Amino acid sequence: MLMRKTLLWKILRHLGAIAALVLLGGLLSATLVRLAPGFDADERELDPSLNAESVRALRQSRAAEHNVLSFYAGYLRGALHGDLGTSHALGQPVQTLLRERWPVTVRVAGIGLLLAWLLASTLAFTACLWRRSAYEILGTTVSGAFLCIPAAVLALLSVILNAPGYLAIALIVFPRIYRYSHNVLAKAYTLPHITAARARGLGEARILAWHVLPVAGPQMIALAGITVSIALGATIPVEALCGLPGIGQLAWQAALSRDLPLLVNLTVLVTLVTLLANSGADVMNYMLRPQEAKRGPEEINAA
Amino acid sequence: MTGRRAFLRLLFCFAPLCLALVFLTLTSGAAFSQSGGELRFCLRSEPKTFDPLLVDDDSSLSIRYLTGGVLLRVNRHTQDLEPELAESWKVSDDGKQITFKLRRGITFSDGSPFSSEDVAFTIQRLMDPALHSSTGDAFRSSSGAVSTKIIAPDQISITFPAPLAGLERLFDQVAIMSAHSPKKEAAVLGPFMVAEYKAGSSVLLRRNPNYWKKDSQGRRLPYLDSIRLDIQSNRDVEMLRFKRGELDLINVIDSDYFDRLAATSPQLAHDAGPSLDSDFMWFNQVASAPIPEYKRAWFRSTNFRRAISQAINREDLSRVVFNGHAQPAVGPVSPANKFWFNNKLKAEPYRPAAALQRLQADGFHLQNGALFDKGGNPVEFSIVTNAGSKPRERMAVMVQEDLGKLGIKVNVVTLDFPSLIERISQKFNYEAAMLGFRNVDLDPNGQMNIWLSSAEDHAWNPQQKSPETAWEAEIDRLMRAQASTADPKKRKESFDRVQEIAAEQAPFIYLVNQNALSAISSAVQGANPGILSPQTFWNAERLTLNSTTRASR
Amino acid sequence: MNAARKLACVVVLAVCAVSLAANWLAPAGYARQFREAPSAPPSHQHLLGTDEVGRDRFARILYGTRISLLLAPAAAFVSTVLAALVGGLAGYVGGIWLRLARGFTDLFLSLPWLFLLITVRALLPLNVSPLVSVLITFLILGLLGWAASARVLSTSADALRNSDFVLQARASGLHGPRLFFVHVLPNLKPVLYAQFWISIPVFILAEANLGILGLGVAEPLPSWGSLLRELEGLISFREEPWRLVPLLLLIVVMTSFQLLLSNEEVTA
Repeated sequence: MLMRKTLLWKILRHLGAIAALVLLGGLLSATLVRLAPGFDADERELDPSLNAESVRALRQSRAAEHNVLSFYAGYLRGALHGDLGTSHALGQPVQTLLRERWPVTVRVAGIGLLLAWLLASTLAFTACLWRRSAYEILGTTVSGAFLCIPAAVLALLSVILNAPGYLAIALIVFPRIYRYSHNVLAKAYTLPHITAARARGLGEARILAWHVLPVAGPQMIALAGITVSIALGATIPVEALCGLPGIGQLAWQAALSRDLPLLVNLTVLVTLVTLLANSGADVMNYMLRPQEAKRGPEEINAA
Repeated sequence: MTGRRAFLRLLFCFAPLCLALVFLTLTSGAAFSQSGGELRFCLRSEPKTFDPLLVDDDSSLSIRYLTGGVLLRVNRHTQDLEPELAESWKVSDDGKQITFKLRRGITFSDGSPFSSEDVAFTIQRLMDPALHSSTGDAFRSSSGAVSTKIIAPDQISITFPAPLAGLERLFDQVAIMSAHSPKKEAAVLGPFMVAEYKAGSSVLLRRNPNYWKKDSQGRRLPYLDSIRLDIQSNRDVEMLRFKRGELDLINVIDSDYFDRLAATSPQLAHDAGPSLDSDFMWFNQVASAPIPEYKRAWFRSTNFRRAISQAINREDLSRVVFNGHAQPAVGPVSPANKFWFNNKLKAEPYRPAAALQRLQADGFHLQNGALFDKGGNPVEFSIVTNAGSKPRERMAVMVQEDLGKLGIKVNVVTLDFPSLIERISQKFNYEAAMLGFRNVDLDPNGQMNIWLSSAEDHAWNPQQKSPETAWEAEIDRLMRAQASTADPKKRKESFDRVQEIAAEQAPFIYLVNQNALSAISSAVQGANPGILSPQTFWNAERLTLNSTTRASR
Repeated sequence: MNAARKLACVVVLAVCAVSLAANWLAPAGYARQFREAPSAPPSHQHLLGTDEVGRDRFARILYGTRISLLLAPAAAFVSTVLAALVGGLAGYVGGIWLRLARGFTDLFLSLPWLFLLITVRALLPLNVSPLVSVLITFLILGLLGWAASARVLSTSADALRNSDFVLQARASGLHGPRLFFVHVLPNLKPVLYAQFWISIPVFILAEANLGILGLGVAEPLPSWGSLLRELEGLISFREEPWRLVPLLLLIVVMTSFQLLLSNEEVTA
């Protein structure tokens, strides 16, 4: 009974913290965008056909967004009614834009991420299980190679080869996953009880499942959490170059034109997804920790 | 042994997945679907508006050109004015009034009839000072109301408060909107109409079934069924898609890509000769700019500017950066503008020794390979330019090296466009800037806001209360003179003198005039690329697609 | 493994030696423009050809190596230290600090830092010397790049906090900072090293992208990032395979470094 109530309380507290952070993220991003130079500048100012009043009107067109706090308050008020504002650059309500585009990004980033994990895990497990230096070198070289290729080049390559966008994302993300997971696994393998288990004649698969993964697992799960935000970041060049009408392409457009309503919404979205992914990883780690559950009140206080 | 078994087990699990991946990769290429009659090319940026009166950026201009019906059209090839929706026109002697006789029996794309009421509606809307459109502003060079008088359903006269030089040619930019149609701006008079718009992705234009123009055999134009405009700002991807046959033309192509294309398929690459565009740099002469006083003194000295101009090797710029698809620029008007170009002027030749002499006359001296001014300050300044334009970045690097030979240290700073604009037109915290000018208009009246010292686009020192130098006062006088008369000869005299002063004083250091380069696939028939925008599809209503050539690509 | 590590050692030393000897090996210098031969293929004079304005690519690679291979690891070191401090320390301390650090890190990961970079550029003088611009660029990269691994580190440190040997160490009287630096931090090495190795090429590439904002290495200084950006004109690399040399060199150097230190990464 005590555990269930505490669990519910923890979940509520967690969600509250996420909501607060998301709101803070929106405000901070609005501040960053507003304070960056060039906020009031529009390339149409350079058009010699415009007369003086028109140029003045152009410079004043963003006056409503000058005060970040009042803009943000207005935005939140609108958001409560479902109105997320209108994008300057694309002239459409943000809600419509996001609704049309998020499935594309979820698909591209999701499949890309899965592929990246597949690829990285295969290489990492191979290098750890079959402890021959050749696999170590292969893994390091392959992942190092893809890490050194600029994301734009990988995206261009996928356009040239007519490969789907998620492949580019997978190739961008997997080197990071590989390096971390390889190191974590390799470290886990050096622990004394692995040698003991081997000495007792346990099979490699058994060692992996029962002795290595429980140690390396929490860190891998935490890694999974942050790879979500890495994959989201990778969607920006990939979608822009592969012509995929997703949120990454939107973000690039918004950044170029200092589109405040759109940027605030995108930051809120990204913060939400990042927080959910990382909190999800934390929750999973918490629930998978058998020793702690046995520890009782001390753990509940310390966590 | 056990490790190997475990590995093999893993492999057997992952192998089918890997195979699936390979299969997916090989078969998921973009399906090459083509319906005969759809022209495909790219827009470099998102169209900002579909309202024809507010259009200002390249992409929106392209869409307006294809969908809007205008009274008079400047033939992009011959540069002559031709009747379009107006059968004939007459400008009054005082230059204040223009009367149009419109064609009869024309309807908008939604079927509603076209008459002088629609022209009146469009003009009234255009002349509203609150509209702040560049098309409208071009007409309103002086204050006062513009009045329209509907003489008959097919005749209308428009009266301006003051005579407007080059009045008729301005109507090439005015797309007539419907006064009564419920579809508002969606009802158009041009060869195509906007059928679909996916923000950030593409625009689909379909043929206007009610388009009035017919070809010499009496067949209704346009020949094409539709035009698909994909929004793609990356030039590598655009080039790739063109080579693969997914795009039919590239309206403006960089010289790098042009040469790569010309190496493999020379018949697809078109060089129409020098365009109206120019690339140039200038120095910040604003009195209140936050730059050191001694630097302001350099920039305000004509000798200094001319010396810099002489120290830049324009031939090298044309040859290295543009592979010969450019030529040294002379002044604000390119030689391609046959009537207005002052052909007595020549581009500043590369004379570094003479440049050094000019500088020494101003008190500069060389010491250990570095140049110092008379106050002992080392000559060092920065050139800001916009990122994303490889030719311009390369030009800046070459200028850096050229000026380095004179002992001048140049720092090249590439900035994102909004930051750049803020620096050069609002805060003035820059020293030198390098930009390009995309000249759409042949008439120098379009450059009024650049040459008038009180205007905002007088880049080196905008919005002066009164001209700060004698030569700027002279230019003010000459520009006003050319705007107040309709006599082309008198206008040319005044503007020729403006070009001479610009060459003497070098407020803008003109670098190169690029050639108009484009790429057109062999499937497109009837294309005749020129130098006036839109270079390749100015005759879109007469273009056809050879579907067999397309299918075989 | 020994043979491979010896080879890696040789490669690393060779690269260091060659880049230090750039003045002798490439007397043409990285800035001199041979304008009569832009985009030229390799020849006696120009071992790897010239770039679009006629600068010797070989010289640019050598000089670029100095800059990038010195500063990128420095920036990677900064970001690793920050990650260790924020993630590792928070994980070790636990409780409310861990939650705060995690929230801060998540927020940090989601903000559009592009605008901060644009603001930084605006605050810097236009005539900043190329060396200073490079230092500032890599410093900023280091200060911004720590968030992802801090997250993983917080989990690792959290797990360590309740692990047996840490409890044992506490029981034997070790507390506070000493416990952290002697027992916890070394066990975080795998993640820290991973962070370090990943950051180096990421920062090298990021520096080139920062050029769009006016930060990054100023012309005419070469950097690996700008050399790698040449690859973006990919369509021609089949005809100009020498353009791939910077990429291959970077891969070889990174792999060699990692192979050299691979044992360090996993032992406590």
